[in-house]
Amino acid sequence: MAATEKHPITGAGPFNGILTWVDERFPLMATLKGHLTEYYAPKNFNFWYYFGSLALLVLVLQIATGIFLTMNYKPDANLAFASVEYIMRDVSWGWLIRYMHSTGASAFFVCVYLHMFRGLLYGSYRKPRELLWIFGMLIFLCLMAEAFFGYLLPWGQMSYWGAQVIVNLFAAIPFIGPDLAIWIRGDYVVSDATLNRFFAFHVIAIPFVLAGLVAAHLLALHEVGSNNPDGIEIKKHKDPKTGIPLDGIPFHPYYTVKDIFGVAVFMFVFAVIVFFAPEFGGYFLEYNNFVAADPLRTPQHIAPVWYFTPYYSILRSITINFFWVDAKVWGVIAMGVSTMIFFLLPWLDRSPAKSIRNRGPIYKGALAVFVVCFFILGYLGTQAVSEGKTLVAQICTVIYFLFFVLMPWYSTIDKCKPEPERVSK
Amino acid sequence: MMNRFLRVFGRAVAGLAARIAVPIVLVVPLLAGLVVPSAIWASEADIKLEAAPIDVRDAVSLQSGARTFVNYCLNCHSASLMRYNRLRDIGLTEQQIKDNLMFTADKIGEMMTIAMTRKDASDWFGPAPDLSLIARSRGADWLWSYFRGFYRDPSSATGWNNTVFQGVGMPHVLWQLQGDRVLKHEVVKDSTGREVKDGHGNIMKTVKFESVTPGALSPVEYDTVVRDLVNFMTWMAEPNQVLRKQVGIWVIFFLAILVALSYALYKEFWKDVH
Repeated sequence: MAATEKHPITGAGPFNGILTWVDERFPLMATLKGHLTEYYAPKNFNFWYYFGSLALLVLVLQIATGIFLTMNYKPDANLAFASVEYIMRDVSWGWLIRYMHSTGASAFFVCVYLHMFRGLLYGSYRKPRELLWIFGMLIFLCLMAEAFFGYLLPWGQMSYWGAQVIVNLFAAIPFIGPDLAIWIRGDYVVSDATLNRFFAFHVIAIPFVLAGLVAAHLLALHEVGSNNPDGIEIKKHKDPKTGIPLDGIPFHPYYTVKDIFGVAVFMFVFAVIVFFAPEFGGYFLEYNNFVAADPLRTPQHIAPVWYFTPYYSILRSITINFFWVDAKVWGVIAMGVSTMIFFLLPWLDRSPAKSIRNRGPIYKGALAVFVVCFFILGYLGTQAVSEGKTLVAQICTVIYFLFFVLMPWYSTIDKCKPEPERVSK
Repeated sequence: MMNRFLRVFGRAVAGLAARIAVPIVLVVPLLAGLVVPSAIWASEADIKLEAAPIDVRDAVSLQSGARTFVNYCLNCHSASLMRYNRLRDIGLTEQQIKDNLMFTADKIGEMMTIAMTRKDASDWFGPAPDLSLIARSRGADWLWSYFRGFYRDPSSATGWNNTVFQGVGMPHVLWQLQGDRVLKHEVVKDSTGREVKDGHGNIMKTVKFESVTPGALSPVEYDTVVRDLVNFMTWMAEPNQVLRKQVGIWVIFFLAILVALSYALYKEFWKDVH
C-alpha cells in the first residue's frame, strides 16, 4: 500500500487542505482505498452475506451500551442485583440501555451463528481462507467467554447457578480439577470474589482480545478477498488493463449501501424485541434471573441461555463411564470438542467444490441433518432431563460429531458439479 | 413537546387496543371463573394457570392494587427495589402517597422496605421473598391463580394450603375477604361411567373449591381485588413497561421509514451493477 505515490487530495472542498496534511503523515487515502473504495468484493453476495457486518454492528452496540451500564452497575455481591434494577428503574433511559445490551447478547449469537452457517454453505473456510476461519473461530470462543462472564453480573439465581454449574465442569478434570475450580472462582463457592473477576474479564480483558481478533479477521479477509455463493475465486478473471476482477465491485459504495439496508432491517427487528418482548419468552432474560442470587437455594431447573444449550445438551448426553474415567469428564471433553471441532473444517473438507451450489446430494444432506441436530440439541438443552430426551440428545450428539469426523470421506465421494468460471447473476 | 406528542400518540394506540382487548380479557375469565370454578388437572404438581385479566395502563386498578399491596403484603414482604414516589406514575400525588400508603417510611424517595429483617423472618416462619420483581419471576398468571388458589388444610402448619403452591408457608392473608374454602376432589368419568386416565396413567380428578363460610366480599368482588393487586405487582415489576411500548411504537415507525429509504438508496446504487 505504501508504495503508491501521494497526491494532494481534491474533491473535499474546504477540507482538501487538512486531509492532504493528514495524508502526508498517515496512510489515510491508502487505507480508504485498500479497504473500501478499491477493495473489490464479488457482486453476487446474497442474504447470508449481511451477517458479518451485522455482527460488527452488534459488537459496537454492546461496547457502547456496556460503557453506560458500567457507569451505574456495582460489581459487588451485595449490590449487584439491586444496581441492575436501579438501572432499570431510576437511571434515565437505563431500561433501554440494559434491554439493548441483553437483547444484543442474543443478537450477537444469532448473527454469528448465521455467519458461520454461511461459511458452511459456501465453503468460506476453504483455502486460502483457513486463517480467516481460524480468526473467526477464535472470535466465536471469545464471544462465548464474554457471554458467560457477562451472565453472572446481574447476580440473579440463573446467573449464580449457571456460573456454579460451568465452573464445576472444570472441577471434573482429573487431578487438578478441584484446585482449578477454586482458582477460577477465587473462593470455594461462586461469591463476591468471582463476581469481581468475572466483571474484570467481561468489561476489559475479553472485549480487548475480541476487538483485536475482529481487526485480524477483517485484515485477513481483505488480504484473500471474499468468497461468494458460487464458491469461485473472482481474482482468476481480471480486466487485463486495470487488473480489477471482472466479477468484483468496489466495497464502497456498493456494499456499504447494501449493508446499510441490512442494518436498517436488523435494527427494525431488534427494536421490536427490545421494546415489545425484551424477555423473549424467557429465552433472552430468564424468569428465574429476576430472583436475586441465593447460595442456599438451588433452583430446580438450571438451564443456560439459548446460545449455549446445544453444547450443554452434548455435555449432559454423555452418561457412560469409559476407561474408568467418570462420564462427567467425558461430557466436559465432548462439550469442549464440539465447540473446537469447527477449527478443523478447512482440513476435514476434501470436496473439489467449495459452494453448496456445486456440491452433490451427500453434503447437502449431511449439512441439513447437522443443522436439524443442532436445533434439537439446542431445544433439549433448555429442558429438564428425562430418559427419552437423553436418548434423543445422545443420537444427535453422535450425528453432530459424525458430520465432522466422516467429512474427509463423504466430501470426496460426493458427486460435484464443475465450478462455473464466472459468478452467476 | 416531542415527549408529549409521543405520549398522546402512544396512548391513542394503546387505548384503542385496550378498549377492544380489556373487556374481553377481563370479562371472559371472570365469567368463566364464576360459571366453572373448577379446573381439571392430572396431578397437583402440574397446574394449568389461568390467564390474569390485567391491564397495566388502568390507573384506577393500579391504585386500588397499590392500596391492597401496602395494607396486606408490605408487612412481611418488602418491595425494596421500588420507591414510594414512583407511585406518582400511576396517577397519585406525593401527598396522597404520604397520607395513604406510607406507613413505614419518612421520605417519599425511600424504598418500600419493611422493618423485619430477612434473617428474623427466616427464624420466625421462613423467608418472605421481596416482591419487587415477583411478577417477572413467577408471572402474572401464576400470581392470579395463586391468590385464587387458597383453601383450608388442617394438616398444614398455617391451616392453609394452595393449589398452585403446595405446602405454601404463607397463610391466606386475604381470607377475610374471600372467606373459608375447602378443596373437593371428584374423579372424572366418561360417558360410560369409567374413570379417565391422563397420559401418565393417573386417574383424572376435577378439583372444586367449596365455600365453608363466605368472606366479606362476593366472589366477583374478591376477584376484582386480586386482579388489581396482581395488576399492581405486574406494573411494579417493571414500572417503565408502558413507556417502553409507547416509545417502541415510535422507534419502529421511524425504522420502517429508514428501511424503505435505505432500500431505495441500495437499489439506486446497484442499478449499474446488474
